Amino acid sequence: MEENMKDIILEYVIEEYCDEEDDDVTYDTPLISGGLVDSFSMVSLKRFLENKYKISIPDADASPEAFDTVNSIEELVKRFL
Amino acid sequence: MAYSDKVKELYQSQLKSIQDAGLFKQERFIHSSQAADIEVEFPVGSSLNKVINVCANNYLGLSSHPEVLKAAHEGLDSRGYGMSSVRFICGTQDIHRELEKKVSEFLGTEDTILFPSCMDANAGVFEAILTSEDVMISDRLVHASIIDGMRLCPAQHDTFKHSNMEHLEKKLQLHANKRLKIVINDGVYSMDGDTAKLDEIAALCEKYDALLFVDESHSSGFIGKTGRGTHEKCGVMGKIDVITTTFGKALGGASGGCVSGRKEIVEMCRQKARPYLFSNTIAPVVVSGVLRVLDILSQSTERRDKLEENTKFWRKGLTEAGFILKDGDTPIVPVMLFNAKLSQDFSRDLFDLGVYAIGFFFPVVPQGAARIRTQISAGHEMHHLEKALDAFIQVGKKYEILGKTKQEIIDRYGC
Repeated sequence: MEENMKDIILEYVIEEYCDEEDDDVTYDTPLISGGLVDSFSMVSLKRFLENKYKISIPDADASPEAFDTVNSIEELVKRFL
Repeated sequence: MAYSDKVKELYQSQLKSIQDAGLFKQERFIHSSQAADIEVEFPVGSSLNKVINVCANNYLGLSSHPEVLKAAHEGLDSRGYGMSSVRFICGTQDIHRELEKKVSEFLGTEDTILFPSCMDANAGVFEAILTSEDVMISDRLVHASIIDGMRLCPAQHDTFKHSNMEHLEKKLQLHANKRLKIVINDGVYSMDGDTAKLDEIAALCEKYDALLFVDESHSSGFIGKTGRGTHEKCGVMGKIDVITTTFGKALGGASGGCVSGRKEIVEMCRQKARPYLFSNTIAPVVVSGVLRVLDILSQSTERRDKLEENTKFWRKGLTEAGFILKDGDTPIVPVMLFNAKLSQDFSRDLFDLGVYAIGFFFPVVPQGAARIRTQISAGHEMHHLEKALDAFIQVGKKYEILGKTKQEIIDRYGC
């Protein structure tokens, strides 16, 4: 379940945000602080997670820090499962 | 006193963080009018450096044009300095409405409403025309003022990969059930200098019944055969529902902006857009200047044609010298250096050689995409461009980047 969730999130991040020339994205790649995802575009990721896992992530918890890596996103999602 | 030592220290610490991150912005004082040749005091207190300006938005060289100055003086004399009012109380003069009509004519739209700036137009338009039942789908590289405007609007928002039509189509399908969908783009992207694929975007908007919004700030006056903008270049004049643009760049360079497009949308802005309702009217002197600018541009394409030739010369010269440029054909020509420190050092060396161009780096541009953004003007004569090109080549040689690939530059300087 744990690996599966990370892979699902990683797959979405690559599909939604990466271009062909982007280097390999891993569970630890800094997405927002690394400039791959801007904080404004992050909203589609939040919506994806909420729909996929039938949860509601309060805006206060959807911080750029919480969304910065696939690992931290998984931790966030688990808090609301 | 509410401004205690604790508060003061808080701000001092935040400012120090900005400085430590190398992101502290410093103004350079210009002691002349805006033009190809300017006199700059930098650092503060130093003697004036006469430099060639290749970083202004003065694309058509009209900022200090004698006919525009004359019209502005006439406006000042006949309509006064200011109106001391917002538009709908007692701030609308005959010339404000005249300008709105002329802008509509110029852009090929149904109606226009003036705003104090294009920043204000973008900040106000979305909230005025959309509700929580709607969705805004924006290109990921749209201007910061559009992002601020979207943040102020209750409609849902989503983004698509820059100029990626496949991704845009997916997003249009995803949001098919919304009451209104609006696709939001810049006509010309200010950091990369590339042009929106408005013909393809307009076709997708038609297919999925979406409104089309374009910010033409970096294209009005010079993109397209007669300078009407990106919609002219892409053959979709009349198909854009909302255009925002500025008078602070090619169209005279003073200030002011507008929303132009479908008449009902413009009227909604007149009734509901907060920066229009709660901000002062554009000063008569500026309105008079812009009216003259539009006359000049409607009579002849000489200035945009010269800008096109200057741009070709500049892009060709830099490419042949071995610089890496962002692809495109607009007068925004980014010279890619990739490394943030290199972009700052390069800019400083150019300044010492009499050329004024600024280095941009993350977070203004993506990580590892630092650059010198050059902007060409019809106000540049060939001797300006030749001298500026010589300076670029000299500095390029110093850092040994000419003819090098992106990877070779990154290997040497990091990214």
